[in-house]
Amino acid sequence: MRSPLVTARALTKRFGEFTAVDGIDFDVHQGEAFGFLGPNGAGKSSTMRMIGAVSPISGGTLTVLGLDPAADGPAIRARLGVVPQEDNLDQELTVWENLYIYGRYFDLPRRVILERIDELLEFAQLTERRNDTVEHLSGGMKRRLTIARGLINQPDLLLLDEPTTGLDPQARHALWDRLYRLKQRGVTLIVTTHYMDEAEQLCDRLVIMDKGRIVAEGSPRDLIARYSPREVVELRLAPDDHDRAVASLDGLARRIEVLPDRILLYTDDAEATIGDVFERGVEPESMLTRRSTLEDVFLRLTGRRLVD
Amino acid sequence: MRTPAFVRVLEGEARVYRRVWRGSVISTFLNPVLFLAAMGLGLGRLVDERTAGVGLDGLTYLAFLAPGLLAATAMQTGAGDSSWPVMAGIKWRKTYDAVLATPVGVASLTVGHLAWVGIRLVFVSVAFVLVMAAFGAVGLAAGLTAVPAAVLTGLAFAAPMVAYTAGLKGEQGLTSMFRFGIVPLFLFSGTFFPVSQLPDWLEPLAWVTPLWHGVELSRSTALGTVPVPPPWLSVAYLASWTVGGTWLAVVRMRRRLVT
Ligand SMILES: Nc1ncnc2c1ncn2[C@@H]1O[C@H](COP(=O)(O)OP(=O)(O)OP(=O)(O)O)[C@@H](O)[C@H]1O
Ligand SMILES: [Mg+2]
Repeated sequence: MRSPLVTARALTKRFGEFTAVDGIDFDVHQGEAFGFLGPNGAGKSSTMRMIGAVSPISGGTLTVLGLDPAADGPAIRARLGVVPQEDNLDQELTVWENLYIYGRYFDLPRRVILERIDELLEFAQLTERRNDTVEHLSGGMKRRLTIARGLINQPDLLLLDEPTTGLDPQARHALWDRLYRLKQRGVTLIVTTHYMDEAEQLCDRLVIMDKGRIVAEGSPRDLIARYSPREVVELRLAPDDHDRAVASLDGLARRIEVLPDRILLYTDDAEATIGDVFERGVEPESMLTRRSTLEDVFLRLTGRRLVD
Repeated sequence: MRTPAFVRVLEGEARVYRRVWRGSVISTFLNPVLFLAAMGLGLGRLVDERTAGVGLDGLTYLAFLAPGLLAATAMQTGAGDSSWPVMAGIKWRKTYDAVLATPVGVASLTVGHLAWVGIRLVFVSVAFVLVMAAFGAVGLAAGLTAVPAAVLTGLAFAAPMVAYTAGLKGEQGLTSMFRFGIVPLFLFSGTFFPVSQLPDWLEPLAWVTPLWHGVELSRSTALGTVPVPPPWLSVAYLASWTVGGTWLAVVRMRRRLVT
């Protein structure tokens, strides 16, 4: 097997006294889509910035594209595409100009940049907006433009920090579709997200991060199989019945999570579990059955929810 | 590497400027027109009637004022271009983060910015000289010889200003710097009256301000008068502010942006 594109061992990032990334290990391989899933403050962006060779590591080792970010920052950055969490496009410039000056920062010849801009505008579905200034674009368009900008140097590795946060469902799906195409073309992706559906959609493999540490690693499917029974029955109860119901449901499912507004019953057989619920005289206001997701894995591992 | 990184940064700044140049060009010409009309002609008539040139080396007030104002304008341009726009790049729009995600490093980013300010200073100073000449304050050719002095003066402020801005949390510090730093310098560094008019204890303070050296240099080249400090000293002094300021700017930008 080829050596990994990114290797981290005991990777640490400290800001003064505070440890944002606390000794994490991971490898990212050629051609895969690798994810960091975790709640706010987990240390995802800090990790991405270290990989992006813009933030010096505080401990451990990190190799990116076979190089050391401390010594070979410019050489690494020349081969990376970066989509930061906050868009930092030049608001005063047009779509086209943003791509052009970015190409220049990579020292690409004018002719090459002109060619690539046309392809990238097509790819980002922004051809019609090429002469509009960025301030006039929608959130989804800005995000697509930021991704297009990150591709101007035809990177070997694309870093996407929360690519769809703040977008409406339609824009998110459009974006996932673009990222999927990139993966098909062989671009290696590293994605951070706090949306479990995004992680499931995009990532071949992911790590779940919490408070600077990695709490689990695997493919979305593996993680769910490993940490959560197959099905979930969600019960919503009248607030007055809530506590009594919790008591009567005891021992009824393989695992029970009590959230402020819901009770989650983890089970291998939802139908049987629902039967048992009624048998015990609990009458929920509403009820739904669904498959386990990464959200459930996270809840199981940390006792907290991903998005609050 | 085909083009040095700082030149590519400069290219980027020039493109942004192309979008906003209209407003900026108007003020570039309007400013000197207003100042030279009000102070040079209006106030100047009063001054000239009283002094008959005595105390101003036999110059009309307009001629005395114009080259000094050229240097002071360069100071304002240099400081202005390295304050709010730099804060926007660092914090408000984070465009510097975007640049630093590419092979371009902090030193090239900083030097590229200052190189662009240098080009802006050439434009602004030449525009000023054109206005000056139109007012008959100095001849066009003589006025143009003062442009390098003005550009150097502007850079002597632009470079340390980047260093200062890089350490600020918000715009409060910029407002204070202009209110308590740039505006007093503008008024008291020999632009509007010779610093020998200042109280004796204040005079040495004026000598250490870069603007005073810029004003003396600009005035003596444009008018052929004898400056108070030797020109080589003023050039060396302004150059050290520029070079030292650039070095400090790179250090402080790195501390701010590479975290
Ligand atoms: N430059 C910095 N200085 C001090 N603390 C920082 C800095 N950057 C991040 N932190 C802290 O480090 C922790 C991890 O931040 P980070 O941005 O990596 O988290 P994240 O997983 O990306 O979170 P989010 O989902 O909110 O983007 C947070 O507590 C944050 O406040
Ligand atoms: Mg983040």
